[in-house]
Amino acid sequence: MSILIIPAILSGMMMGAVYALVALGLTLIYGVLHIINFTHGSLLMLALYVVYFLNLQLGLDPYWVIPIVLPLFFILGYCLQRGLIAPMSGGSEQNVLLITLAISLMIDNLALYFWTSNTRSVDIAYAYDTVEIFGALLPFGRVVAFVVALGVAPLVWAFMVFTRTGSAIRAVAIEKRGAELVGIDVNHTYAICFGIGTACVALAACLLLPTFYVTPQVGYTFVLVAFTTVVLGGMGSLPGALLAGLLLGIIESLCGLFLGESLGQIGIFLAFILILFFKPSGLFGKRAGA
Amino acid sequence: MRFQSLGQYGLVLFAIVYLAGVYFVSSPVWMGFTINALIVALAALSWNITGGFGGLSSFGHAALYGTGAYASAILQVKYGFNAWIGFGAGIAAGSAMGALIGGLAFRYGLKGSYFALVTLAFAEVLRICASSFEWTGGGSGLQLKLMPGLAQLQIVDRPWIYTGLLAVVALVMLLTALIQKSRFGAYLIAIRENEDAAEALGINTYQIKVQAMAISGAFGGLAGVLYLQLWLFIDSTVVYGSAVSVEALIGPIIGGAGTVWGPLLGTLGLHLLGEGTKHLLPNSPGLNFVLYAVVLICALRFLPQGLVGFAARIGVLRKKDQDDA
Repeated sequence: MSILIIPAILSGMMMGAVYALVALGLTLIYGVLHIINFTHGSLLMLALYVVYFLNLQLGLDPYWVIPIVLPLFFILGYCLQRGLIAPMSGGSEQNVLLITLAISLMIDNLALYFWTSNTRSVDIAYAYDTVEIFGALLPFGRVVAFVVALGVAPLVWAFMVFTRTGSAIRAVAIEKRGAELVGIDVNHTYAICFGIGTACVALAACLLLPTFYVTPQVGYTFVLVAFTTVVLGGMGSLPGALLAGLLLGIIESLCGLFLGESLGQIGIFLAFILILFFKPSGLFGKRAGA
Repeated sequence: MRFQSLGQYGLVLFAIVYLAGVYFVSSPVWMGFTINALIVALAALSWNITGGFGGLSSFGHAALYGTGAYASAILQVKYGFNAWIGFGAGIAAGSAMGALIGGLAFRYGLKGSYFALVTLAFAEVLRICASSFEWTGGGSGLQLKLMPGLAQLQIVDRPWIYTGLLAVVALVMLLTALIQKSRFGAYLIAIRENEDAAEALGINTYQIKVQAMAISGAFGGLAGVLYLQLWLFIDSTVVYGSAVSVEALIGPIIGGAGTVWGPLLGTLGLHLLGEGTKHLLPNSPGLNFVLYAVVLICALRFLPQGLVGFAARIGVLRKKDQDDA
């Protein structure tokens, strides 16, 4: 059995790193803006389509479009928060939740309208080359995703600690009014933060597409996993999201191994419910869930 | 249910004239589409009990709807029970699922966004389970045997289906009005307005919230059972899918959450809009949901009290008292 378990754990960790990257963006947005962002999954789906079409139409490699897609989605996220979510919600938590839900409905269904529900994937020669690690054969694309996703987390952390913008973001997260009083533009900082979160998703899309597929529904699956990751890691905690992402990847992979492929995700959602009940503050969280 | 303004009278009159007018339109399309809207309106009325009066916004009402539908379908298909027994069992199962989710979520003090997320997770777990196990028909769903007649609650004649559904919706709205008037309703509204204050006044908030989920579950289960009896077929996506949860919450928010007429008005309005786009732009899957989303965002920004609240300001007859429409 251990012959199967070790590869399952390793391949779960590869997927888990991507979950962690998606969740990194979500937890950053939660930690600073204190909003639950339902658009996150839909933006991932949108990014997957953008990468897909760049590959299909212009023949660009998903890894080489990172410098194009990342700034594009940063700007998209910035505008979404500044132009739509903030002005339409009037600051109520309940409204933000519903508005992000509405935006994600809009993006998902427009994708369905324009691109139909067909499952698409790119055809790249090296994507399924395998790398042997501890006797397990892992797809090359997944290993790249794992390495890059884990490499990005310290970069985000360094940005938050060592740059002025990062300090402003942390200040706004801790004490909004105080930050405003010392001259920080809170709306701008919120939107920057939303942009960074969206850029994380765009990066995840570039890493994911070579070994994954895209349909208009794919965002919904990911957003639930990302919520689970964020809650398990502790809402707003960057290291928590990283650890929780890896953990959930392993849980999913093991559930798939023992219960059958179609029930793999059940493990994630059951974990979600159990965490919300017993430890809503998560692994690294400080605040209680209520 | 006393109305405060001419605007509200107008709105309700519009709905009644529309619903009555459907009988006189010769095209069967109208009646078929209004029948679907009425089933969604029942789900919306179910959401309204917890989301509207209690301020407990659920994002997973499909969990209640689907459990009602599956309970009835399993009893009929796998064990050969009569449809009326399935009907009762579906309502009971929806109610039990509501009490279970509420009981667990409120025991651990989940509120606001956390409650929304946990309900969503429950609906998703149930959806995956229903699509994976043989007992629930797996991926191919459950199909009822065609046995027309009232004995198996399979009515073929469209006007009779429509009349029956109108009666059920009217009954649920009457129950909603009674709940609103009752002591229980007052407790529930007090919890929405300020839970700590309600608790301090001696209200057992946990018990009230779980009861509200059980009532909401009964209404949701009822909607699911009626969907099953209408289409004689369910699968996991159709009854446990996120579209059900979304439709259950959009209607009341646009119509007016925490009102008797809001869920029906909002759902009817949205479905008319969706149907209109279908006629203008045929073969456009998903476009109705895009439109719903736009309307939802606009409603949140410009009609925070929904259509009913907006209409309350047109031609005011009396000052606002506790008798909301």
